[in-house]
Parts: sequence; C-alpha cells; structure tokens
Amino acid sequence: MSAWQDARPSRVAGMSARDEILARLRSALEVPRRDEVTEPGDVPRTYQRADDRAEGSDPAKIRQLLVKRLEDYTATVHRTTEAGLPEAVAAALEGAASVIVPPGVPEAWLASSDLSVTRDDGTAGPRALDRIDAVLTGCHTAIATTGTIMLRSDDLSGRRAISLLPDLHVIVVQADQIVLGVPRGIERMGEDPTAPWTMISGPSATSDIELSRVEGVHGPRRLHIVIVEPEPEPEPGPAPDAPKTAPTSQETS
Amino acid sequence: MSTVHLGMPGVRPQHASPGSSHLRGDRSFPAKARTELANPVLRQNLQHATSTIQAKRASVVREVRDWQKLRDAGSALKWQVTDHLPEMLVQLEESVQAAGGTVHWARDAEEAGEIVTRLVLERGQQEVLKVKSMATQEIGLNETLAHAGVHAIESDLAELIVQLAGDTPSHILVPAIHRNRAEIREIFLRTMPDLDPSITDDPAELAGAARRFLREKFLDMSGSVAISGGNFAVADTGTVAVVESEGNGRMCLTLPRTLITVLGIEKIVPSFQDLEVFLQLLPRSSTGERMNPYTTLFTGVAEGDGPQEFHLVLLDNGRSAVLADPEGRSALHCIRCSACLNVCPVYERTGGHAYGSTYPGPIGAILSPQMTGVTGPDDPNASLPYASSLCGACYDVCPVKIDIPSILVHLRAKEVDQRREASGQFHGTWDVAMRGASKLMSSPRAYDAAVRASSALGAVKRTGNIGKLPSALPLIPGWTDHRDLPVPRQSFRSWWKDRERHGGAPAPRPDGDGPEDSPASGEDA
Repeated sequence: MSAWQDARPSRVAGMSARDEILARLRSALEVPRRDEVTEPGDVPRTYQRADDRAEGSDPAKIRQLLVKRLEDYTATVHRTTEAGLPEAVAAALEGAASVIVPPGVPEAWLASSDLSVTRDDGTAGPRALDRIDAVLTGCHTAIATTGTIMLRSDDLSGRRAISLLPDLHVIVVQADQIVLGVPRGIERMGEDPTAPWTMISGPSATSDIELSRVEGVHGPRRLHIVIVEPEPEPEPGPAPDAPKTAPTSQETS
Repeated sequence: MSTVHLGMPGVRPQHASPGSSHLRGDRSFPAKARTELANPVLRQNLQHATSTIQAKRASVVREVRDWQKLRDAGSALKWQVTDHLPEMLVQLEESVQAAGGTVHWARDAEEAGEIVTRLVLERGQQEVLKVKSMATQEIGLNETLAHAGVHAIESDLAELIVQLAGDTPSHILVPAIHRNRAEIREIFLRTMPDLDPSITDDPAELAGAARRFLREKFLDMSGSVAISGGNFAVADTGTVAVVESEGNGRMCLTLPRTLITVLGIEKIVPSFQDLEVFLQLLPRSSTGERMNPYTTLFTGVAEGDGPQEFHLVLLDNGRSAVLADPEGRSALHCIRCSACLNVCPVYERTGGHAYGSTYPGPIGAILSPQMTGVTGPDDPNASLPYASSLCGACYDVCPVKIDIPSILVHLRAKEVDQRREASGQFHGTWDVAMRGASKLMSSPRAYDAAVRASSALGAVKRTGNIGKLPSALPLIPGWTDHRDLPVPRQSFRSWWKDRERHGGAPAPRPDGDGPEDSPASGEDA
C-alpha cells in the first residue's frame, strides 16, 4: 500500500463540516498572494454592457440579426405582424394535432389553428405532456447576438415541463422583447432573478458521437420562432402585408 | 510564514480524500501515455475532435469584439471570488436557504457521498437520474450509490455511452470521444434490451435510441430524485445555472420531486448580473457555439414549477488545499470549458485517460496534483506538471486567464524542492539522466563513443529516431525514456574532421539535403 493511499484528510472532532470548511478556507487565505485583493469595484467593466450604445441600433437591424442567428441554429423563423400572427402560428403548428398553451397565451394567437388545445392548469403530469404534439408559448426576452430566447416561468411562457416534453415548440417573440447583447438580456432577467428561467438557443442537440451534430436528443426536436414585427411605415406603393422590409443582414454586434 | 491565530487553531486546508476521489491514476503520466499512444483509434478520434472544436471556438471568438475585455472581467470576478471565498459561501448559503433550499457541506468525497446517499435512501429511491457533472465524477458518487444499492443512470448521451461500456470519460466536454460510431452501436446493442438489432451506426439513429431509452426513465421521475452539478452559483441570489445541449439537464432539473446539486465551493459568481460575463465566455470557449442550446437557472424551490425539494451540497475535497498556495490557487478559477484541452499538443496525442484524473489536460495537470497533494516521487500525480511542453497555448485560450504554464513551472519547482528536502529521494530517472548527461558531455571521448555505439547497435526505430534504449547509452539512462532522439547520421566531431580535411571548405551536410546533396560520409552508420 503506497503512502498516498493511506493519507486521509483530517477532520476536527466535534466541528461541523460547515465550520471546518470555512476555517480551512480562512486559514488558506492567510497566505497572501502577490497582487492586491480584488474588491467588487476592481472588476474592469470595459466590455459592452447593457447600456452599450449598440443596444440603441436600428431595431429592424437587430431583428434581422436575430433571424440570422436563429436560422443558423436551424430553428424555423416566421416573420409576421400582429394582424398576421394567427396565420403564422397556424403555419408553425402545421402537422400537430394537439397543443398545450400556458394560461396567459391570448386566444387570438390560435384563432387560425384547428387543433385540440389544452390550456395548462398545472395538473398535467409528464406522461400526459409527452402525448401532446406541440407547445405554444410566448417569451420574456430574445437576445439577437446569440439567437437566444429566454423563458420565465410565468403565465406567458409557462411552467418549465410544458415547454420540454412536446416535440414541437413554437415561441412567439414580440419586437419589443428583442435586445442585442447578452448583458442587456441578463439585465432584463435580473428584474426577477429568482424565477425559474430557461434560455433556449436552437433545438436540442448533441455532438457526442464522432462530433457529428444530431438534433433532437431530449428536448423538443423542432423549434419554430414567430417574430411579431411592427406594421411597416405606410410608404407610397408597397403592399401593407410585407414585413420583410428589414434591411439585409448587417452585423450589428 | 507566520501563523496567525484564526479563532480555529489547528484547522488547516486539507487535500482530497484518496479513497473515493477520482483524482489520481495508478501509474505515472508517461507510463499511461505510452499505452494510450499505441491506440490508433483514440489518436485519430482525438485529433479530429480537438482540431474541429478548436477551429469552431476560434471562429466564434473572433466574432466578439470585446473578447479580451470579457476575459479580463472574468478573471477579475474569479479573483474576487477566491479572495472572499468564505464570505461568498456564507452569502450563497443564506440566499439558497431564503429561497427554500437546504444547504449541506461536505469536507471530502466520502462525506459528500454519504450526504447524497442518505438523501436518496430517505426518499425510498433505488434509481436516480444524473446530469453530467465533473464534481460527482470526481467524488466517485456513482460507485458510492451503488454500494448502497442505488443505481445512478447518466442522462448525457456521451456519459451514457461511457457508463454502458463500463468505461471512463476521456474529455471534459465530449467524454466518449475515444469511441467511434461502430463501437457505440455495439455498446447499445449489448446493453439496451429493447433495441432493434437492425439499427445502423448513423449518429442520428444512435441518438434516437438513447432518446427512447431515457425518455421512459424521465417520464417516471415524478416521485424521484435527480442529481446534478452546476456551472455557476450566484452568491447574491442563490441561483444555480446549468449549461447544456441535449435537454437531459432540463429533464432532470424540472421533472423530479427532489433535486440534489453537488457543487465545488469555487463555482460561485458574486452577483446575478455577473452571469453576463460567464454566459458569454463559457459557450464560445467550450463547444464553440455562440450560446449552448439550453441553460437553466433556478433558485431554491419554485412553487408549481419543478422539484419541490432542493438540496445543495457544497464540496471541498481538496479545494481548500489549492487555495492555500497563492501561486497555484487560480487553478480554482476554472469554469470547465475544456478549451485548454483542445489546444494542447500533449493532450491531443495522449487523450484524457493518461492523466489518470477526472480533470485531464493542462488544467488537470495543475488542478489534480494540488487537490491531492503530492506525497513523493512515486506518486503518479507528481508526473502531471511535467505533462506539458510549456508552449502556452492553454493560457491564450483560457476564458478566465488562468496562467497554466506559470503554475506548471511553479509546481515542478515545488516537486523538485520536495525531493531535495527529502534528500536521498533525489534519484529519479530525470536527475540521474541529467547527471549522466553532464558527465558524458564533459568528456569528448566518452561522448563520441556513446554516439557511435548508439548507431552501431542498430537499435534504432524505423522512424529514424532513437527510442527507449536503456542499455545502448549506458551513461545517460532515463534520457530516452521520455523522448525520442533523432539519429545523427554523422557525429558533429567526424563532420568537423571531414571539414578540416577538405581544407576548410564546407563539408557536405550529413543529413543529405545540403546544397550539394552528396551522400553522407562513410562515418555514417
């Protein structure tokens, strides 16, 4: 038996694990390091923060970046306006026979869809949820730079289980929920930090087998994002139902 | 160093417990590396994996204009945490308790194992689901649970492959990288009873099989217990963040009645807003994605959503010992992204198993020996600080700027000092090799003889390098244990003689690709 196999970390009899660990750490820190101790105010915050100028960029450009990022992740994006929303939701839900929605999702969203709708009351267990084809939720915030949708456990995004078990997830994103960078997104999250949050960036995926990407391991295998954009400014001539007027891709980040 | 009275006299930082911890292999790095290098499948897979992830990382990092500033902030935040670790932990504990969670403290692997096992057994469970977690691997939790009759099922695809194969992970991020698709198909066919034997080795089909296998387990989780690790724990809110790709994490964090999270005490971030730094640094450094598919953030217990019982186990297991060395303590800043593994020329060839620890690669080479302590020259972890060419690539990619090369050098110095102090211990092959080489190289006659002997013996590898030759160069044993020497076609001394003979004109270069391209002289073996 070698020496290193015999050695055991010592414990102080009668001392709680908590007190002992804290005492160990205080004792360890008695040996000062070469540099000054870092206090919160010493952290250099020179990176692009929530109040960065770029957050004020043209919202249409930021939306365009979000679309690009989402499509990069192979999420399907539907761009529409408030008036076209029911149609867009119906298109996103195509093929599903049943859908579950959080209690706060407006009925109007499903006005053009013809399928069995369950309004979640918190009672459906995992097996029941597994039998439902799709879930339709709103969201709290969308981050354009990373293509991330943030769901808070609330009446619009629902409890976490309902957006996890059905195989198709359709998320409605309102234009005013879109931010450019991660810091702005986290800041919005920070308004209610202790709620359960889920950040989604594309469908469930793995690269565990020879690094080849496979979509849909455990979470929903298909992700559709419906972006509700403002009605285009009335201009002479153009058709009012064409929201695809956002300037073409221009990296805003 | 003077000892200051701390109110707790006698309490010192402690190394990890050797019994249950998976932090030390059974053989030294060079010995294990030799075995691993002989596995062509491993080398091919590793080469492919590390270069692919490296390229993906580089391209998404290039997109971020303020990357270096984010690294500076990440590094400073981690220093803030280590400098104030006791207070931060107390703050985290208060926040978690205020949110309805229970906090446990574990001094070492055994204590953490006991806490988790007791919680599982008290809830009458025989089976638990796990989310991929380095900390629970480090403490050998699955084995501890198995002793108590509890079966732990890994829910991450790669971890599942490794578990079903009865294997150990070889990479932090892609633990099954040493297995190819055909091997994985075989493993699944052998271990998943309901699997249709017509399944091909297409990764999508294999992932589908894992989905079906685990989905049944997830759906039955309502009364059960899941065990996770955590990427970040926020001191000021008590929020735990779990970063993942597949959705198995969301399943385990959402569906069971009880959730147990085992967390190293260094995983703290000071404030919720600070996540803005780490959630940018981690995904790009790790999988080379702008953001990983799923991140779950939860704080204690939320009514009507997710587990109704939450237990946080805060783990020391050698971390206090890492903290005790001011030159090495920043190893605790690691956020487990694995970027340093993918750029490391040593890791790329040997793979993770050669390091013998849960934490492989450059970060493992500084973390494992500090966590376990090094007991002497025969301790396998004594070899880890030498498992590096000190090229510095690991430091360049580290998202929190851990100066791994400097710590490696520091640990080498410490190890040598330790041996010198325990005089009589100073007879490692390395020292003997150095002494032998110095004797040999100070005598032209002896050196010439040795060089001629090495070629005359013909004990030369087909590659044209001198491999392990303990007897061919009797005066420098050990030197060729650790490195291959290119065989000199002609010794410098004989080349010089030729040159003199040719009256000072440059003699033909002995390696045959000189300007005149003449054949090497007759002195050549």
